[in-house]
Amino acid sequence: MLNNPLDFEKPIAELDDLIDEFKLASREPEMRADAELKGIDIELQIAELETKREALMTQIFANLTPWNEVQMARHKDRPYTLDYIRTIFKDFMELHGDRTNADDPAIVGGFAKFQGESVVVLGHQKARDLKERQLRNFGSARPSGFRKALRLMKLAEKFSRPLIIFVDTPAAEANLMAEEEGISSTIAICLREMSVLRTPIIVVIIGEGGSGGALGIAVGDTILMLEHAVYSVIPPEGCAAILWSDRSRAPEASAALKLTAKHAAEFGLIDEVIGEPLGGAHRDHPLIAESVKSSLSYHLDVLKNLSIQDLVDRRYSKFRNMGRWENTDITTAVVHVSSSD
Amino acid sequence: MARGGWFRKQSRNGAAEATVPDGLWSKCPRCGVISFARDVERNLNVCPKCEYHHLITVEQRLTLTVDENSFVEMDAGITSLNPLAFPDYDDKLNSDRAKTGRKEAIVTGRAKIDGQTLLIGIAEFGFRAGSMGGAVGEKIVRLLELAEQENLPVILFTASGGARMQEGLLSLMQMAKTSAALARLDQARIPYIVVITHPTTGGVYASYAALGDVIIAEPGATVGLAGRRVGNQDMGAKLPEDFQTTEFQYRCGMVDQIVHRRDVRGTLGKLLMFLTEARTYVK
Ligand SMILES: [Zn+2]
Repeated sequence: MLNNPLDFEKPIAELDDLIDEFKLASREPEMRADAELKGIDIELQIAELETKREALMTQIFANLTPWNEVQMARHKDRPYTLDYIRTIFKDFMELHGDRTNADDPAIVGGFAKFQGESVVVLGHQKARDLKERQLRNFGSARPSGFRKALRLMKLAEKFSRPLIIFVDTPAAEANLMAEEEGISSTIAICLREMSVLRTPIIVVIIGEGGSGGALGIAVGDTILMLEHAVYSVIPPEGCAAILWSDRSRAPEASAALKLTAKHAAEFGLIDEVIGEPLGGAHRDHPLIAESVKSSLSYHLDVLKNLSIQDLVDRRYSKFRNMGRWENTDITTAVVHVSSSD
Repeated sequence: MARGGWFRKQSRNGAAEATVPDGLWSKCPRCGVISFARDVERNLNVCPKCEYHHLITVEQRLTLTVDENSFVEMDAGITSLNPLAFPDYDDKLNSDRAKTGRKEAIVTGRAKIDGQTLLIGIAEFGFRAGSMGGAVGEKIVRLLELAEQENLPVILFTASGGARMQEGLLSLMQMAKTSAALARLDQARIPYIVVITHPTTGGVYASYAALGDVIIAEPGATVGLAGRRVGNQDMGAKLPEDFQTTEFQYRCGMVDQIVHRRDVRGTLGKLLMFLTEARTYVK
């Protein structure tokens, strides 16, 4: 049962309501008797509705537009970083503060056990109720958030702990205070330092991968992305504003930006798309957590078999080869595509 | 470098003439004052009234910055593709290629300042607003890798609207790509100097433009992460007049010095001296 169904989920939500009513009726002797009197077979009704629901689910979720994927990635019922930390990890011990002047609640992190092994885990944190959403700044990190993240990364490096990072942010904060505190510089330093961090880094894009605010903590050895997450250079609304001076044309911009997990994989920018339960991660938190866990487990084993120097060299090559261009100089003409194509 | 030094050079090579708009008279986009075009040009395309630093071409920048005839361009043939089949992008690329005579939004190469060899990159703002796509990222990384191989200092002049939207996530990744190459340069202890010019924003400011060992900036340039409009959106707070300018960033500790165009070359020469002089002790 969803608390916040999207428009295209509403036909499913209506069926869910109907099924719930019949289920309630089947448990209430009075209503049951009434139904029998009217010749209604409650169990048959439920079975038929559930078949119908199944078909509707398949039909709706097999035909999501890129804009629908953006909506899915921003779904208010979608599991957030702390939901994954609580289900996949044990003994999470949160660490706070950037050791400069603040603790940014938009980024959480600390020590935890992953399958019995000590790791450092961190990520953007969104929230559901208004008060907490404001506290978390809707998952938009300030400079102090990136400084805290970098501090935890350096701890991971210093004590040879694998680093597991969850990405879910609309964008980095860009208001006056963020500019005053050096948001650009802080992101740039994270990018530079992550690229040479001497410990394995796995990044999971779980919801919104919002431009520099996402990438600032997403330079890793292995980049995983959930099926209905998005990852984009610019929010579709911003893109629509630039192209057509009309933010409401975000759905068109979403298509043009090719911001889905499928596209990111096609461009060789991520390593694996983690499949979600039919209808999205928000419909089954334990199931998606299990998928993320098993994928993390597999990739961590792969990375742990590499020497640290190999790991850092591989990471450099990985990002070094991203991007497409051609050399029109006839003496050295070459067309470059990302390495994993 | 003394002021007269490159005055002579400029008059000899005459590259500056081409950019002064509308022939005889030139209107300043900031203060609106109309000046005699030749006065603006003689003033290095800086407004004589308000010191507004007009955009200048890559050729003009080279004339102002490096030893005469010392510049040798690299990778001039590297250019963008349209990997997303983004609407109108091919047309925009073609018209900017025709307009600027260049294949991409940055020009890179080898040059000398005061006889010292270095590698230099200069943004071509006229090409897709200097934005960084795959070709710009590749050209910068080639420059940085060469610097590491040959142990040469690097100077980048930035002017960019940020990551190039039309290349989607591929262009966002250029931030990581360039920053990763800079990490290697950093570890190799090779000097990297950034000269921020108008405007330097978005993903470029949040990657290589912010990572200089030393960062200098021309006065009055727009410098910030998001545009003023975007940053302003949901804030009750009143923005300072100079929000997202060189002066603002300097005040906030993001820039080492604000340097007038006439002093950029001299400042770079001095920095190179400090950064490349043989070590006085052995570690
Ligand atoms: Zn003026």
